[in-house]
Amino acid sequence: MSIKLMQGNDAIGWGAIAAGCRFYAGYPITPSTEVAEILSRELPKVGGKFIQMEDEIASMAAIIGASVGGLKSMTATSGPGFSLMQENIGYAAMTEIPCVIVDVQRLGPSTGQPTAASQGDVMQARWGTHGDHPIIALSPTSVRQAFDLTVKAFELSEKYRTPVILLTDEIIGHMREPVDLPDFKTIQLPEYRLTKKDGEYIPYRNEPGDVPPLANFGVGYRYHITALFHDQQGFSTQRVDEIDPWLERFNSKLDKHLDDILMLEEDRMPGAQLAILSYGASARTSRHAMKLARARGQKVDLMTLLTIWPFPEAQVEALGERVDRIIVPEMNLGQLAYEVERMVGRKKVKRVTRANGEMVTPQMVLDALEG
Amino acid sequence: MNDHIREAHGLEVDEGQLPAEDWFERSETLQKLRRNKKFPTIWCSGCGIGVVMGALIRAIDHLGLKNDDVALVAGIGCSARMPIYMDYNTLHTTHGRALAFATGLKIARPDMKVIAIMGDGDALAIGGNHFIHAARRNMGITAIVINNSIYGMTGGQYSPTTPLNSRATTAPYGNIEPPFPICDLAVAAGASYVARSTVYHALELDKFISEAISKDGFSMVEAVSYCHTTYGRINKLGTAADMMRALKDTSISQTAYGNLSPEEKTNNTKIVRGNFVNIDRPQYTNSYSSLITRIQGGEQ
Ligand SMILES: Cc1ncc(C[n+]2csc(CCOP(=O)(O)OP(=O)(O)O)c2C)c(N)n1
Ligand code: SF4
Ligand SMILES: [Mg+2]
Repeated sequence: MSIKLMQGNDAIGWGAIAAGCRFYAGYPITPSTEVAEILSRELPKVGGKFIQMEDEIASMAAIIGASVGGLKSMTATSGPGFSLMQENIGYAAMTEIPCVIVDVQRLGPSTGQPTAASQGDVMQARWGTHGDHPIIALSPTSVRQAFDLTVKAFELSEKYRTPVILLTDEIIGHMREPVDLPDFKTIQLPEYRLTKKDGEYIPYRNEPGDVPPLANFGVGYRYHITALFHDQQGFSTQRVDEIDPWLERFNSKLDKHLDDILMLEEDRMPGAQLAILSYGASARTSRHAMKLARARGQKVDLMTLLTIWPFPEAQVEALGERVDRIIVPEMNLGQLAYEVERMVGRKKVKRVTRANGEMVTPQMVLDALEG
Repeated sequence: MNDHIREAHGLEVDEGQLPAEDWFERSETLQKLRRNKKFPTIWCSGCGIGVVMGALIRAIDHLGLKNDDVALVAGIGCSARMPIYMDYNTLHTTHGRALAFATGLKIARPDMKVIAIMGDGDALAIGGNHFIHAARRNMGITAIVINNSIYGMTGGQYSPTTPLNSRATTAPYGNIEPPFPICDLAVAAGASYVARSTVYHALELDKFISEAISKDGFSMVEAVSYCHTTYGRINKLGTAADMMRALKDTSISQTAYGNLSPEEKTNNTKIVRGNFVNIDRPQYTNSYSSLITRIQGGEQ
């Protein structure tokens, strides 16, 4: 294509179109609304459908319903709306229905500061809905990456039958950068679903590490979907001998595919004893701080997580073995730092936090590298 | 009878209440149920919900629809458990949200008959917002609201349709909130087809449900039922059979109602059974298809 100036939220909209998303349901909320606006304009052009629902609970429900009907589906929201979506995000996780949820994080808690950036939904993205469940969350650091990770979100969602959260923030969402998007025709995601009737179908076949394919409604398999604990046919069950094999498969289904799911960028320096680990908009601060630190002679590694859930445990653990101290800058009071501390121990981690709507500055990171 | 109901109400299962061995083979309607699902149902014996299930099966059959082309979407509650037994594409969702899930499904598959099954709490308390908006949009969904005037599944708390002054586990001194007239609400919100009958009048339910499914627009049938296990017990209304019979005496057909004098109409306390609205308005998914055609045709 050609180089265009666009904001992260637009790139997310284009990423959805490129990935084959053909249904969007949402409720307007700053700073995510541009995603809805661009898709209301672009979806009908490609035969897709857009609807503005009465609230975020309904939006989340509608994208699940449309997904069951065979359309790749997405919604976008921010803090308050993300909170409202939680019950149905759990529904999608439990019933293993693919869908993509964009959360353009704004400052919370509650109504907070609609136009200010934050990374305060890291833990909510992982544990916002009740009960144990697998989930994937991706976090872009640039406008181009917002496009790429949106495409990736659809791919992972379809492949592993799970809701995928694109956890971005107001800075990436509203920041404009020149980007050269690829020709959408070059982006062809495989079909992971059953779109035709072909033999017997066991909707929730339990083979550990296995992800049984989803059959779209209407193709001839008249089966049942429920978010009650269910047996392999999808019917509710209270029998522990039916629940246990399901639990085992469900909660381990991402584990065997971490190579495919975990994405991170590393910029290593031989002999580095210090590292900065970050994600999203804070990764931009971190990169800048790394350059300044290196210019003044400090040996510093940089690790940028693009997949934050599942947490890249092995990679962070390995980083902890290489360096003495890991600086974790983030626009919250240390949510991802909890995970880093879990892997490498509290003593090795230095949190650099800011939760007032302003970015962490490179100077704050440099100070942390000193102290 | 399901464990949760037995537990909630301290009931013992009477094996004698379970159906005879050949119950499945004896009924034409039951033959249409799912073959791979374990029966009996979770419902208390004598519950009216099963009558609505029968009416729905007969209506779909009567219309000659292919089972593959029918999707049932339900919320949470005793009523919302219905789809699990039925041989269609069935989606048991979250409490109150059936119509929102159904909206997405209908937009993805406009060719499918999408039917939402909800209880009164499901449709009008937690799901009230989705109910009025699905009607306003004239989304091509058939909503079936089984109104038993109570939260049955959770053991008898008052709902938005519990009559004034009657008791519930959370209204031990009598309910002080006036109930929602479901049909009036659907009419006001813009539904294309609105009808009400009771589980005593099963054949009338068959008819209304089949008309509702045929409607290309948002259609709503209120099936007035009862919950003898909770509401009936607390309000001393007798057995399931007593409550079923009462529906005959406490309801009146639309025609009979029409023949009442103005004064009798004002004083009427009976449930009016009938088809209150049957109009044609642009159905949402048709409107969206036209929009796509327009935009793809080059309109800006
Ligand atoms: C979000 C949420 N809140 C509460 C409940 C508990 N709950 C389950 S069913 C129900 C009420 C059911 O009443 P109704 O919709 O009238 O159906 P019925 O059981 O009477 O058929 C409630 C409150 C729930 N499942 N989910
Ligand atoms: S509605 Fe009442 S009678 Fe019917 S199954 Fe539920 S608790 Fe039992
Ligand atoms: Mg009820």
